[in-house]
Amino acid sequence: MVNFFQNFINALQWGSFYALIALGYSMVYSILMLFNFAHGDIFMVGSYIGFGVSVALIAVASSGILAMPNWLILVLTILISMFLTSFVGIIVERVGYRPLRNAPRASAAITGLMIGIILETGNLALFGARRVSFPSLIETVTYNVGGVFVTNKKIMIVLVSLLLTLALHQFVRRTKWGMAMRAMAFDFAVVPLMGVSLNTMAALTFALGSALAAVAGVLFGVAYPVLDPYMGILIGWKAFVAAILGGRGSILGATLAGFLLGFTEIFVATIFPSTLRDLIAYSIILLILTFRPHGFFGEPYSARLRL
Amino acid sequence: MHRKIRASFSQIPLLGWLFGALIVAVLERLVGNPLALALGLRKIPALFGFLIMLKKPVLIPNAILYVLLIYVIPAGIAMRFCIPLANRLAAGLFRFPRGITVAFYLALLYAVLHVWGEVSDYRILVLKLTLIAIMVTLSLNVINGYMGEFSCSHPGFMALGAYCASVFTVGLFVNDRFFGDAFLPPALGPFLFPVALVLGGFLASFGALAVAIPSFRTRGDYLAIISLAFMFIVKSLLENLEFVRGPRGLSGQPDLANLPTVFLWTVICVWSINNFVRSTIGKALNAVRDNEMAADAMTVDTRRTKIVAFLFSAFWAGVAGGLFAHVLRYVNPSTFGIQKLAEVLAMVYFGGLNSVYGSIVGAVSISLLGEALRPLEIFKWIIIPLLLILVMIYRPTGLVAFREFDVTNLIKPKQRSDEEG
Repeated sequence: MVNFFQNFINALQWGSFYALIALGYSMVYSILMLFNFAHGDIFMVGSYIGFGVSVALIAVASSGILAMPNWLILVLTILISMFLTSFVGIIVERVGYRPLRNAPRASAAITGLMIGIILETGNLALFGARRVSFPSLIETVTYNVGGVFVTNKKIMIVLVSLLLTLALHQFVRRTKWGMAMRAMAFDFAVVPLMGVSLNTMAALTFALGSALAAVAGVLFGVAYPVLDPYMGILIGWKAFVAAILGGRGSILGATLAGFLLGFTEIFVATIFPSTLRDLIAYSIILLILTFRPHGFFGEPYSARLRL
Repeated sequence: MHRKIRASFSQIPLLGWLFGALIVAVLERLVGNPLALALGLRKIPALFGFLIMLKKPVLIPNAILYVLLIYVIPAGIAMRFCIPLANRLAAGLFRFPRGITVAFYLALLYAVLHVWGEVSDYRILVLKLTLIAIMVTLSLNVINGYMGEFSCSHPGFMALGAYCASVFTVGLFVNDRFFGDAFLPPALGPFLFPVALVLGGFLASFGALAVAIPSFRTRGDYLAIISLAFMFIVKSLLENLEFVRGPRGLSGQPDLANLPTVFLWTVICVWSINNFVRSTIGKALNAVRDNEMAADAMTVDTRRTKIVAFLFSAFWAGVAGGLFAHVLRYVNPSTFGIQKLAEVLAMVYFGGLNSVYGSIVGAVSISLLGEALRPLEIFKWIIIPLLLILVMIYRPTGLVAFREFDVTNLIKPKQRSDEEG
């Protein structure tokens, strides 16, 4: 039982990474009806930006110009890398997606994939093949709750990701921008006629999604302080799977499916040999999609006429 | 001037191009080495001088001069002055039964590749991999181009074919620690190799059922995920199967995939896929892509169409995988991952959707480009994606999309000879 709770905590942590990244896929999908395949690499870029920002802030703090406690550095790192990475997202949209607005959807998927490769290789060219280690900003404190070990980092990661999901939900529900986004998701042909610019909304969703990916990147760096240029590929594709599994374009679904994927992976790894993790996790996904092909919260597919 | 050259070159039939290429290849065999030494290059430039130019920029003029002297000028002269002769010959050949004519052209093409490739082992390897890339690209185009789905499962199909064929040949013909002694003498290898490949293809087809059956109920993104999951499952399964040595990979395949074998299989693949997409079921595929409901109303059996297309496409991907394993003589599960997927997708979309022509163009150009830019190391992976993005922006369906591959049109003489007129 203790073991179960221990894995539960670990699964929550993994699930929060998946959920944060899956949200970015899902939001872009709801506006543009296509997936941003460079998103996993935006997560990677966010992580590296976080690395750069935190190193710079530590240098500033230790030089005595502006003394800052470590937790403040972490908060600032998260905020600044959110801000910077959102520009990466906007550039990706501008270069890879806007020129292809009227092209077949698969072509935009290809440009996304290629931008992802460029980001990876560009990073490799900049930093070389060696891995960089994320500076440890907060001390790991381990609490023992009835035999279950919980670290403060895990609590922080889960809380931050849940808070951000809620914040995004509120943003989409309550604000005018959010209303425009929902309207655009409902019908992206008519809403531009009402004075809402499709380009602005697309840039906004890319910026928001990238900011969330940057948070995931920084938190990932805090939890697993080794970064390499290819870290975004696998986690990005898995988050993509989660976004689909939740039902495309559904914020709630993406979050739930992200956590579900985390749980599946962790629990499969505890019950079976860990090499079987991908095999069983993906088989489960295949089964779910075979019986529920439109995900948890998606619209069922029918061969109906589409405009 | 420019227009004049263009006009005179447009009269060259395919036969003329092949003759020109053959002359160039033979010329390179004869005088390539002394010329290369005289120009200060250590040996014959393997890929039209690209590798040398990128490795040692000082030698760029020499490499260009070599290419001009060996390739461009002789070929240009030969083709320019052979136009009447080539056209007359092409017209003569055109009157034979189609099978014989095409066989003649293919023999000529093979001769060109053979003579050109024999200069170095590297060229042979590049040729083989390019031919295999053509097969994979074509088979993916059946799904992504003609049927309009976004399948990510082709590396998985390739892996199934590669492992099945490898287990067959390694088990039968090689004294191996895992599979025991050889059952059959190695001399039988070339005869049973097609069996191995076809078995690999069938296994891939069988695996394709896992993607084809869900495709009845869903399309687009969800099918993309199902196929992606399939690819991960195959990779993970192979990593966990101890009898194919898991992540360490399977090596020691007998050297059965020589250039003629690969060439022959590629020809069969192009021929059968071209016929497939021009048949009734190929037209049905397009109908399903454009509007499934309308196709259904027009008595197209959509389920049958989808399943046949998936099995057929997976079969050829499996055969290509089997050949791939025997060309490299080593496979491991991580060969068939996301990287491979990105590569094959790049080839399909670069060349052009819904077009056999386009797949050939895409596969050849991306593989040759990949090899030619090799000296740039990682910057290769910035240039090729950038190129692909530009192609997608300016020609969103690829370079030669929606073009029918018509053999008759291809081999007919370009200039009317007097007898015919």
